[in-house]
Amino acid sequence: MTDTTTLPNSLRTGPDERGHFGQFGGRYVAETLMPLILDLERHYRAAQADPAFKAEFDYLLKNYVGRPSPLWFAERLTEHLGGAKIYLKREDLNHTGAHKINNCIGQILLAKRMGKTRIIAETGAGQHGVATATVAALFGLPCTIFMGAVDVARQQPNVFRMKLLGAEVVAVESGAKTLKDAMNEALRHWVANVHDTFYIIGTVAGPHPYPQLVRDFQSVIGDEARAQILEAEDRLPDVLIAPVGGGSNAIGLFHPFLDDPDVAIVGVEAAGEGLDGKHAASLAGGKPGILHGNKTYLLQDEDGQITEAHSISAGLDYPGIGPEHSWLHDIGRVRYEPVTDAEALASFQKLTKLEGIIPALESAHAIAAAERIAPTLGKDKIIIVNCSGRGDKDIFTVADALGVAL
Amino acid sequence: MTRFAAAFAKPHPALVAFITAGDGDTAANLDALVAGGADVIELGMPFTDPMADGPAIQAANLRSLAKGTTTADLFAIAAAFRQRHPDTPLVLMGYANPMTIRGGDWFAAECAKAGVDGVICVDVPAEEDPELGPALRAAGVDLIRLATPTTDAARLPDVLNGASGFLYYVSVAGITGQQQAAQASIEDAVARLKAATDLPVAVGFGVRTPDQAAQIARVADGVVVGSAFIDIIAEHGDAAAPHVEAFTRTLADAIHSAKEIAA
Repeated sequence: MTDTTTLPNSLRTGPDERGHFGQFGGRYVAETLMPLILDLERHYRAAQADPAFKAEFDYLLKNYVGRPSPLWFAERLTEHLGGAKIYLKREDLNHTGAHKINNCIGQILLAKRMGKTRIIAETGAGQHGVATATVAALFGLPCTIFMGAVDVARQQPNVFRMKLLGAEVVAVESGAKTLKDAMNEALRHWVANVHDTFYIIGTVAGPHPYPQLVRDFQSVIGDEARAQILEAEDRLPDVLIAPVGGGSNAIGLFHPFLDDPDVAIVGVEAAGEGLDGKHAASLAGGKPGILHGNKTYLLQDEDGQITEAHSISAGLDYPGIGPEHSWLHDIGRVRYEPVTDAEALASFQKLTKLEGIIPALESAHAIAAAERIAPTLGKDKIIIVNCSGRGDKDIFTVADALGVAL
Repeated sequence: MTRFAAAFAKPHPALVAFITAGDGDTAANLDALVAGGADVIELGMPFTDPMADGPAIQAANLRSLAKGTTTADLFAIAAAFRQRHPDTPLVLMGYANPMTIRGGDWFAAECAKAGVDGVICVDVPAEEDPELGPALRAAGVDLIRLATPTTDAARLPDVLNGASGFLYYVSVAGITGQQQAAQASIEDAVARLKAATDLPVAVGFGVRTPDQAAQIARVADGVVVGSAFIDIIAEHGDAAAPHVEAFTRTLADAIHSAKEIAA
């Protein structure tokens, strides 16, 4: 555990110069990639200091993505639960239907700065793949998406979307043929094509500086939410809730609030069939280890072999979590709670009926946690839930789980 | 003199042979490698997510794990090898998570106890040396570093700092068992590396045939072959040893005589 007596005055200054958040993070990559990682870091630092980079990022977020996304007061859900007021941060209304696009815009601008001419990415449910293929189309760059063969089979609409957008979709046949294996294959491809290829990682994981730069690009969520809640309620919220797979939407909402001690923060892990069964809750059921370029909590056995994750939500179906979340967990700043497939499925339907918003199954996990927490708080309290994506992509999975043939 | 020093002090370049622990009859295959003339043995530590490996070694990792190979089994294989072959250097090669899950000190102590001479960890670059380096050095186990075509002159001193045993030159920017590098690029790289270090330089990745191996052996101190052995084990299963030995012999003959022919 991190020595809490030596915590910095601000929790927003990480990572350190070696890319570590406490003991987590780092750059655990093959030597072939190391020079590229260092080059990416140099370019990212230069971009951060360049007002033109921020101006182009902001322009695209406003005019292409459609930001700012609304902060919606979910009045009927609030009444139904009978406790704290619930606001939804509507990332589902972004172009391509989720928060993923924020990060893709930032990274493709970096790719352009670095003179890279090809884009690759991994994807699980296909949301990050679609977002990556979208920005690649916008910038006219060839794009290859690595996707586990199992996910290709169960996410056909997104596979077709990516192809329409001009991307090549590689069905990965190794391992369990899901997100973890797609990431392995993307890393293998990258190592063989480092000279011209930019890897757009979809979450706050991977080797430094990815967890930092993805967080920075996604922090627009929390920056907006902060301004919006101050406008609506003239004060900060009492609780933030967001779903956590790798954790990019969550860190994006959380990060601008980390130094506000009166704001409680809850990350929601996918507990799948339950923590004693198959699940994807790396913090609740894993321990620290090294995978995909960073040290973080991982689902693994006693020999350090990675075990398969399970969640009804393909976007949460990953055996790890971003390193900054592991750190925030260990220092106790963020509380991480598990939500099962069944709970998420119930909340998916409840939000759809009460608010007319079909949330992504990922986001439904956060709604389920809000249902648990809101009734325990007074009506004067405020909760912001990150509605990280829309659920259109999940209707087949939900129909299947409900025994409905489409 | 260490086993590495002795192996690389021979009057000919070294054949460095890689197989994955727990894939096929590992003890018999290790004996076959030694009998066939391998000078250094690399024993792959199976991992669920071998990110730097091509299809052949990926499959070997999964076959081994499917049979239930544990870290304890790996060290038992290594210790028994050391009993049977007191002089042949043995390297464990693998990924960070299985090596560090019980702590670097534990891993280094187990290596020393089993008679392992060196460790190659694919995903612990020089920047993350504290993860394993200090523990291995304290236990007297060599940390073998990788240099690649992307390792530039500015970076090379960092890679060499803390490296021992030998230097492994990954001749292609890519994964194991795929394309082979152009001979000229290998010759340039080896010359550059040898100007920067006194460590022996072994060259690997994509080397599959005796002819390729002999070409590289003209300029390098050692040649690493892995996927080609894995293919033989995949084809012949538990009865692979005679085939492994025969192929080892053709490689060893080619590598050991490479400099004589060149001269």
